[in-house]
Amino acid sequence: MSGVYLSAVGVLGPGLPDWQVAREILGGRRAYQHEPPAQPQAHILPPNERRRGAKSVRWAVAVAQEALNGAGITAAEAATVFASSSGDGETLHQMCEALARPLREVSPTRFHNSVHNAAAGYWSIGAGSRQPSVTLCAHDGSFAAGLIEATAQVLVNGTPVLFVVYDLPYPQPLAAVRKIGEPLAAALLLSPEPRASTLGAWRVAICEGVSATRFPETLPPGLCANPAAHALPLLASVARGVSETVTISYANGCHLQVESQPWR
Amino acid sequence: MKPLVITCFATANPLGLGCEATSLALHGRHGGLRHNDLESAAELDTWIGRVEGVESEPVTARLSEFDCRNNRLAQLGLRQDEFEQAVARARRQYGAHRIAVLIGTSTSGIRECERAYCERDARSGALPHWFDERRTLNLYSVADFVQRYLELHGVAVAISTACSSSAKVFASAERLIEAGFVDAAVVGGVDSLCLTTLYGFASLELLSREPCRPCDAHRDGISIGEAAGFALIERAEGAEDGVTLAGYGESSDAYHMSSPHPDGEGAYRAMQDALDRAGIVAADVGYVNMHGTGTPANDRIEDEALHRIFGRSVPCSSTKGWTGHTLGAAGILEAIIAGQCLKQGYVPGSLNIREVDPAFKSRIALEPEARDLRYVLSNSFGFGGNNCCLLFGKVA
Repeated sequence: MSGVYLSAVGVLGPGLPDWQVAREILGGRRAYQHEPPAQPQAHILPPNERRRGAKSVRWAVAVAQEALNGAGITAAEAATVFASSSGDGETLHQMCEALARPLREVSPTRFHNSVHNAAAGYWSIGAGSRQPSVTLCAHDGSFAAGLIEATAQVLVNGTPVLFVVYDLPYPQPLAAVRKIGEPLAAALLLSPEPRASTLGAWRVAICEGVSATRFPETLPPGLCANPAAHALPLLASVARGVSETVTISYANGCHLQVESQPWR
Repeated sequence: MKPLVITCFATANPLGLGCEATSLALHGRHGGLRHNDLESAAELDTWIGRVEGVESEPVTARLSEFDCRNNRLAQLGLRQDEFEQAVARARRQYGAHRIAVLIGTSTSGIRECERAYCERDARSGALPHWFDERRTLNLYSVADFVQRYLELHGVAVAISTACSSSAKVFASAERLIEAGFVDAAVVGGVDSLCLTTLYGFASLELLSREPCRPCDAHRDGISIGEAAGFALIERAEGAEDGVTLAGYGESSDAYHMSSPHPDGEGAYRAMQDALDRAGIVAADVGYVNMHGTGTPANDRIEDEALHRIFGRSVPCSSTKGWTGHTLGAAGILEAIIAGQCLKQGYVPGSLNIREVDPAFKSRIALEPEARDLRYVLSNSFGFGGNNCCLLFGKVA
């Protein structure tokens, strides 16, 4: 089948400290308990870069590292796709505050951290990977947009792709006009052929006129409000080990359908 | 890869409105830069590439909620070169849901957020009611706007890899078409003047006080420009003439967030990957449109990488002396210029150079020359070490 294989996962969010725990919760074998996650360490970054990098970078890099470890491949083998609606809201807020002051003194580090591909840039530096990388945004449809891009890369280039989706809440006053909910990051390692670690086989298609698969009922609404949470119904299907078609909301009436089969 | 054909290009940029105006300015050696006169940022002593008429054509009617400088610029670009008619034809041919929209931008409508932060409520700190995150600030705003303006459905996405953004859209479009997700794609790039990039590049001491001079011995920084550009991409079967996307190459530097790798390794990989994907060799390339921003480090490493592949045999130049660095729109604007060069058999040379950097080893084209071109390469390199190289050819 001309699909892609889900060969490892990384997750980080309140009550979802890693894929091992998330898999049990999403699979219905363990109760969800809301606990703020520990600050991600992002060990792969050199100390200097870890200090310079914004908070969202540490979240994105932490789940990327988890997925890579889970698949047992090196960063040098995987192209990357990063998807986020808001990038680093803290950096944006600080930039806009500085630009609203009379002297408009902007920190150069903050400016280079303000690019949407900051997480991808830090990842490539930390991982020492010169593989291609794309960073994209489709507001609440960012997960779907990233999944199409990552799937197309696997199908066309025949190489593994590390797909990272993340969003952290904006600080005030932006938080009042754009509600991200709880912070959440997830990473999916997609490969062109099955590996020892493979969890599922997927076929991805674009469709209209359908409705999205619901979020697992045990998860709090604040978590499901995060654009990255659109990954969770699909991961729940993998966690339950069932064959089913999961429909993911994209934007403007467009959806993705993923035929997901367990892989043993 | 199988070449794809580009059936329509459209642009609004500092050289004028439309592809022909852009070509005429290149041929006539009329630059589009002016001393900074942007309202609210005019204290910065630098040169900018500003698009005439952006302010006076608001986004109205059913899309009025999207009104902001960036979407006005997008709209101005979409109205050029009979692009809307070309898309209407493709819509009838493939169906509105089978045409993807992929738009590169680095800052989208951030100017609205900058303005909103100057109007925060004195007591609560709240942003003003008119501010609309989704339809202006969010990077997706411009992709959403373009999709709605062109009455398309299905895949729409903003790609944001800093200054390579609107080169990357070509690579993503090729994959979506090849994987069968869509039959055609509207790709583009839109970035407009804002305080974030002007003061941000000023903080890095990368703004020149003169019109930028890429590849000059005494180059001292960039001039920021704004632009919108679009291309309609389709499968090439049955096409009789036109410009093709023949290849592309992508890489990461894995070196530094805002400085290029000193030996140009990332740039080299992207260019070599583009040649390999097209199945051609360096000697087939007739002109390279450089990223060539005008900063000392960028142009030096690009020269290094160019020399490694082409030696001194292929004319190379940056057209940013005319347009300024249009950041997330640079990839599409220079793709359009590459397309014009292929059609007209023409190498535009360089603008503003007084003396080519004597340390440069590649062949920097200064003067315009007529040249029969089979392939033109266009480089775009962005912050985060994100490199993308596009290769354009002609329908055989």
